[in-house]
Amino acid sequence: MKLRMSRMALAAAAGAAGLSILLSSALPGKPNAVIPQSSVRRLTEAQYRNVIADVFGSGVEVVGRFEPDLRVDGLTAVGSSAVSITPGGLEQYDAIARHIVAQLFAPENRAKVVGCAPGATDPDGARCAADVVTRIGLRLFRRPLALGEVRAGVAQTLNSAGKLGNFDGGLAATLVGMLTSPNFLFRIDTPARSGPAGTIDGYSKATRLSFLLWNTSPDDTLLAAAASGALDKPEGLRAQVDRMIASPRFADGARAFFDDFLQLSDIDHLSKDALIYPAFSTSVAAAAREQTLRTITDLLIDHKGDYRDLFTTRRFAMTRALGPIYDIPVAKPGWSIYEFPAGDPRAGILAQASLLALHAHPGRTSPTLRGKAIRETLLCQKIPSPPANVNFAVVQDVNNPTLKTTRQRLEAHLDDEECASCHKATDGIGLGLEQFDGAGQFRRTEHDMPIDVTGKFDKAPFDGVANLGQLFHDSPKVSACLVSTVWRYGNGRNIQAEDQPVIDDLNRGFAANGYRFMDLVRTIALDPGFYALPRARPAGAITTASATISKRSAS
Amino acid sequence: MKDRISRRGFILRGVLGGAAVTVGIPILDAFLDENGAAFAATLGGGSLPVRFGTWFWGCGMIPERWVPQKAGANYDLPPQLEPIRAVQQHVSVLSGFDVMLDGKANLPHISGNTGVRTGEAVDTWQAIKAPTFDILISDAIGSGSYFRALDLSLDGNPQTSYSFRNGSSINASVPSPVELYEKVFGADFHDPNKADFKPDPKFMVRKSVLSGVAEQRRALLAKVGSADRIRLDQYFTSVREMEDKLALQLQKPPPAEACVRPNAPVPIKGDITDIGVRKANHKLMTQLLGMALACNQTRVFNMNFDTAAAELRRAGDTTGYHQSTHEELVDRSLGYQPTVDRFAVGSMEAWADFVQTLGDIKEGAGTLLDNLLVVAHSEVSFAKNHDVAGIPVMLAGRAGGRVKPGLHVKGSGEPISRIGLTAQQIMGVPVDSWGGGAMRSNRSVSEILV
Repeated sequence: MKLRMSRMALAAAAGAAGLSILLSSALPGKPNAVIPQSSVRRLTEAQYRNVIADVFGSGVEVVGRFEPDLRVDGLTAVGSSAVSITPGGLEQYDAIARHIVAQLFAPENRAKVVGCAPGATDPDGARCAADVVTRIGLRLFRRPLALGEVRAGVAQTLNSAGKLGNFDGGLAATLVGMLTSPNFLFRIDTPARSGPAGTIDGYSKATRLSFLLWNTSPDDTLLAAAASGALDKPEGLRAQVDRMIASPRFADGARAFFDDFLQLSDIDHLSKDALIYPAFSTSVAAAAREQTLRTITDLLIDHKGDYRDLFTTRRFAMTRALGPIYDIPVAKPGWSIYEFPAGDPRAGILAQASLLALHAHPGRTSPTLRGKAIRETLLCQKIPSPPANVNFAVVQDVNNPTLKTTRQRLEAHLDDEECASCHKATDGIGLGLEQFDGAGQFRRTEHDMPIDVTGKFDKAPFDGVANLGQLFHDSPKVSACLVSTVWRYGNGRNIQAEDQPVIDDLNRGFAANGYRFMDLVRTIALDPGFYALPRARPAGAITTASATISKRSAS
Repeated sequence: MKDRISRRGFILRGVLGGAAVTVGIPILDAFLDENGAAFAATLGGGSLPVRFGTWFWGCGMIPERWVPQKAGANYDLPPQLEPIRAVQQHVSVLSGFDVMLDGKANLPHISGNTGVRTGEAVDTWQAIKAPTFDILISDAIGSGSYFRALDLSLDGNPQTSYSFRNGSSINASVPSPVELYEKVFGADFHDPNKADFKPDPKFMVRKSVLSGVAEQRRALLAKVGSADRIRLDQYFTSVREMEDKLALQLQKPPPAEACVRPNAPVPIKGDITDIGVRKANHKLMTQLLGMALACNQTRVFNMNFDTAAAELRRAGDTTGYHQSTHEELVDRSLGYQPTVDRFAVGSMEAWADFVQTLGDIKEGAGTLLDNLLVVAHSEVSFAKNHDVAGIPVMLAGRAGGRVKPGLHVKGSGEPISRIGLTAQQIMGVPVDSWGGGAMRSNRSVSEILV
């Protein structure tokens, strides 16, 4: 019966999501799907927004609904290597692009973004168009435009200007075309013309690097390093990697990773029953997501901390909207760090409202959903799909006169072997979080009965979330899951058998260097395999990068 | 350049009340042998286009309270079908058609839906190779209007869509009436009844810019491997479709007598998972959809009343519809699950409202329903155990006189792919068999055909 409930819970959770999320991509017994290797990745919505802000300024609004990202085995980064653009999606990109470009020609932006106009020395504006197309093209396409591309852009601008009777209209149309171009919407690798076979050129390297570290397109300095060939040399690559990791923008890259890893974007579609959880709202949900991301960057970036401490930290990013959920007064405006006292049940990200609310029903908790989500995201385990013919009636009768707590209702059915196999995996963890209700608020009782939060994780007993967090902190599975997920995120694909030595090496390096997230990302960014074309990665290349890290840490 | 691309892409220009019909590459193969005859048939041969749509509801029904006893016309209405009484003459009930799993696992709320939509149940998304039947139909008839299809969901989530070309190419939905209004009747709306028509050079310019984008195709495809080539080609197909749309904007549209540009909808307040609020939103969305069809803005739609594994609830209840299907005890005096029954009846009330609303739109000598075929279906039959045998299906409309409405057809365990096959054939897709594995079928549901 336990399994039944998880299966029901799985389906219930999946109900609000798209088909791609509903369908597991892996066959039974396989951790991840085998999908074709790819050298084409679609920009995610977050990446698109970041690039527009970088190239045109943060004041330019990006308004519209994007083609949804596809999550494959937990990551939209992997899904980005599998998706295309549907007709409806292109319509949206086109509408978003037209809205962006209209703003660029507004008086307050035109001088900065366009900066030229037809005049006495440039009567039809051809030179101006060439300048704009060259300059903006470099940033949008992440490589210099070929002469033919610039000429085509100029011809198109003049042609459109003629039809519309004004230069700006023509140039705007060309810019819309650039924003709907596959060269912008997809990151398409270009093979290197020289150097070892199977690698990509400097601009493609800059692109991979920049999206990994900053979740946006390369800046001028990185593009210059690509142009000069510096990225093709180990010291040149290292200089750029270190510059970018030291930049405040690395936090944006880290946020993007953790947002994807923890599937926090699902919070956008989360709804709770307003009568049952009056403290919860869409703004609270958004603040909960932000809280988790800020808590993570505070520890991992600002304090260069140990990844494992995320499961024990008492330092929670806090803002006023979250006060009612955490039942604490928040006097300061904006965001600050709030430190919960020792002994408080709020310890580690498992006790944060984002994950607790995300993995619960609209009107009640679900130990099974929580346990399943934690197993799948933080431990990289697969919980099998549920069988179809199930009966949950007794398990979830919340008005049962004798089985008052969720734990009692679940345990009443432990005798069913078929169910127990999966529910032992999910419910144990989930029941440890039962002191947090479906909106993430702390409670000690359910139907006037004290809530029991004892359990076992990997044979070790725990009592409550702080204990559980400590077990996560000490579990090699937790750190190994982060390593493989960062690798999959960076490479945009699942791990295959031939990648395993690299992953093993990364794990050793991660442990040896104190589980520093920044060092892990750095090692991946320096790995020559990270710049290989599909199916052509050089063997044994990772050793160099690990050695580099070890040397740096020792010094 | 556009011309070169288009010629390569095969243009079939037929006259449909004056509108050019441009067919992109994906259906080239489908029509080469047909000399366009199937295409013309699809268009009804008269001045009014024949449209197609699907209407989806979640969590099925309770079979003994939904399936009529009597086959044929004037079928009886069991309690859960009672809401359709007023529109029964427009609605056919297709019961007892099965999704066959072929030894694959029954993924709750998923297998049934992919089985109905693609004619084959699969258990991973990569295994979905075939498009859903609504896409096959929109490939055949969707090109002559501004929107190839309108995908609509009422749960506020654009990812709620059961229309996909394959497992990684899913058509996102418009998730609210307000967004639907902006999309269809906003700035780009081309009023077919406007007295004067002057092509707007802005559309000309946008079209020529897209031609420029399309020119990059060859160079890009040469750079990538075969799987990526397919993905990029999907993108370029989208570009071509958009060029075709813009071309339509440059021509005077045929008049549409039933078309009246509606007023912008006032958003309905309240929790959209609450069934009462959901029905009110659905009504609003249906009215807009009806006008979008009457104004020839699209010929294909997918309306999702709720999700597979219905997320509907009643505000204040800890347990929603889907959870109730599994948890609620059968009331011994009634013999069924009363909460589940109420939600199933509520879904049928929404369906009846949908049919009535479209039937109220006068068009030619009849109504919109006369020139429309809607396939309504769920993802399970009896939700309690995720049964995919006898998944409920209903049809509405006469499809330009090709369909006999108001019948009950008993499927008796035949594959449900027969329905998808029949719908395609009615809409002029030249296909003689459809579905995969045990669900491959070449037998139409002939009872409903004129």
